[in-house]
Amino acid sequence: MLQMNNVSKIYRTDTVETHALREFSLKVEEGEFVSVTGPSGSGKTTFLNIAGLLEDLSSGTYELDGRDISKLNDRERSKVRNEKIGFIFQSFNLIPELNIFDNVDVPLRYRGFKAPERRKRIEESLELVGLASRLEHMPAQLSGGQQQRVAIARALAGEPRFLLADEPTGNLDTNMADSVMDLLGEINSTGTTIIMVTHELTLATRANRNIFVRDGSVSDGPGDLQLAAVAG
Amino acid sequence: MFRYYLRLGILSIRANPALSALMVAAIGIGIGACMTIVTIQYIMSGNPIPEKSDQLFHVRVDSWDPAEPYDEPNEPPEQLTYLDATALHAAGRANRQVISFLSSRVVQPAGEDSKPFQTQSRATTADFFAMFNVPFAHGSGWDKSADDTQERVVVIGQALNEQLFGGENSVGELLTLSGEPYRIVGVLDEWSPVPLFYDLNNNEYNDPAALFLPFSVAVAGEHGSAGNTNCWKPIEDGGVEAFRNSECIWIQMWAELPGEAEKAAYLQFLDAYVEEQKLVGRFPRPLNNRLDNVEEWMDINEVVDEDVSVLLGLAILFLIVCLLNTVGLLLAKVMKRTKDISLRRALGASKATLFAQYIVEASMIGLAGGVLGIGLTWLGLRGIENLFSIFEFVQKLVVMDWVMVLAAVALAIVSALAAALYPTWRACSVTPAAQLRIQ
Repeated sequence: MLQMNNVSKIYRTDTVETHALREFSLKVEEGEFVSVTGPSGSGKTTFLNIAGLLEDLSSGTYELDGRDISKLNDRERSKVRNEKIGFIFQSFNLIPELNIFDNVDVPLRYRGFKAPERRKRIEESLELVGLASRLEHMPAQLSGGQQQRVAIARALAGEPRFLLADEPTGNLDTNMADSVMDLLGEINSTGTTIIMVTHELTLATRANRNIFVRDGSVSDGPGDLQLAAVAG
Repeated sequence: MFRYYLRLGILSIRANPALSALMVAAIGIGIGACMTIVTIQYIMSGNPIPEKSDQLFHVRVDSWDPAEPYDEPNEPPEQLTYLDATALHAAGRANRQVISFLSSRVVQPAGEDSKPFQTQSRATTADFFAMFNVPFAHGSGWDKSADDTQERVVVIGQALNEQLFGGENSVGELLTLSGEPYRIVGVLDEWSPVPLFYDLNNNEYNDPAALFLPFSVAVAGEHGSAGNTNCWKPIEDGGVEAFRNSECIWIQMWAELPGEAEKAAYLQFLDAYVEEQKLVGRFPRPLNNRLDNVEEWMDINEVVDEDVSVLLGLAILFLIVCLLNTVGLLLAKVMKRTKDISLRRALGASKATLFAQYIVEASMIGLAGGVLGIGLTWLGLRGIENLFSIFEFVQKLVVMDWVMVLAAVALAIVSALAAALYPTWRACSVTPAAQLRIQ
């Protein structure tokens, strides 16, 4: 499914080399809900960016659905992102000039779907997140929780195999965060693989498996047992 | 996707109205300044008879002073002497040949209340009208027999016909010119070639003469030349006859030669003619005869003033400055939108897709700039027209035709695209991950 072997990511400036990931190895099976935790600067988001093909890796191998990602050109990588991966960001990242319908429409446009197919998918995904009645609303007219739901609908509209979530509840209050996590759980129950970066251990307990990242590598840190304690 | 890009372009322009307006203004002002000068140059250098300009040749033979050329470095005179013009014309070795000179006549209208007035006339030969594709509203030119028999016939221009006959068909009417009656055989339709290619040694932006009459009639009637006359040695005593036998040049000659072979043969004929004249003591300079087609003749006469070329260079530089401003503005706009770009990359847009989106948006800005540029070009031309209103010919240079309108729009779009390339490349090079995470 998703497999990284000894992946390294180094950011270089003229004078400084920063190792964001070191010998990072991970395998995620289809249908899993994996949380990724770790201290700030540990490399969680770098891992997610590489997993989502938003950044190149410096060394190592990364296979997604059996394809070696490093061999793909920009067009192919964009196609993989569009068809197989859905993104959920902490800051929602909706386009403020577009209404809800058009925001969800963006990835479908790049997919090349015809208008009726796009409309069907947009309506279905907004229905799933409970915002079917807000098609014409602008992002600024929605609450934070609703905006994140729109972002989830946008991620789901293309029926991706993977959902990559970077602190999806980071900008939400507790009630809204619970509601979004419930929604992610529902989505995972339909077979979508979810990888969620979070620094909140309570949220990490909602996943099937937790990966703890420290200094750019998968570590033994507060693993599943500790999470169980947090949950308990 | 094109319609989608158009929609995104409109949204983007709406979202940044001030920045977009500045870009449209920068392109519009650059295009306006550039196209104002380009229009003038385009009209100045336009081919006035494109359908046969490569078949019409201005004839020059070097009858000038042995001590120095007519013009540096070794140009033969631009006109012919009476002796040479009439001899070459009489030989009839080209498909068509025309000799002519500018003169003037006093028109005496028929009505008792109408006052006589002086107007320019062109004394020419029968082939003039067919050779230069002159359009007729009524009647036609005269035939060769009229030249031979010195028949007093006249072809009048549209404006004169309007003035004298209210625009009615005046063919067959008699017209008194400087006291002599002429029968009108033809009335021209609208005809005003720019530049006046067949007589570039007088003002090349003048209108054609108001009337045309046979060369032989003008010679017999001793119509004086109203054009340039140059002599390299004094005229002997003897009045008009002595002037005609002199080495003074004052007559233009054109020959219609359909192909290279005909041109070569005619040049050979000219050389033979000059060799023959050398035997009687004329043509002291080495053989230096020329046949120049319409466009070559316009180049030789520098129909496009050098100042216009300098102005054109400055205008292009100004356009480049405006485009550099546009590059800066577009860069500012792109930098404001890195998050949008990154998001679209994350959602599946390839670099090529985003490039297309931004190029469409730049084209929209360019199109708007082009429309503004057309308006400013029109204003610029009106400004020049008013500033130089004392020169009649300026009116002919400040006309914007559809070719120039399309050229302005095309130049604006191309300019906008050129200006957009670097900012768009920068936009597509944005690393998505860096822009999407705010914690």
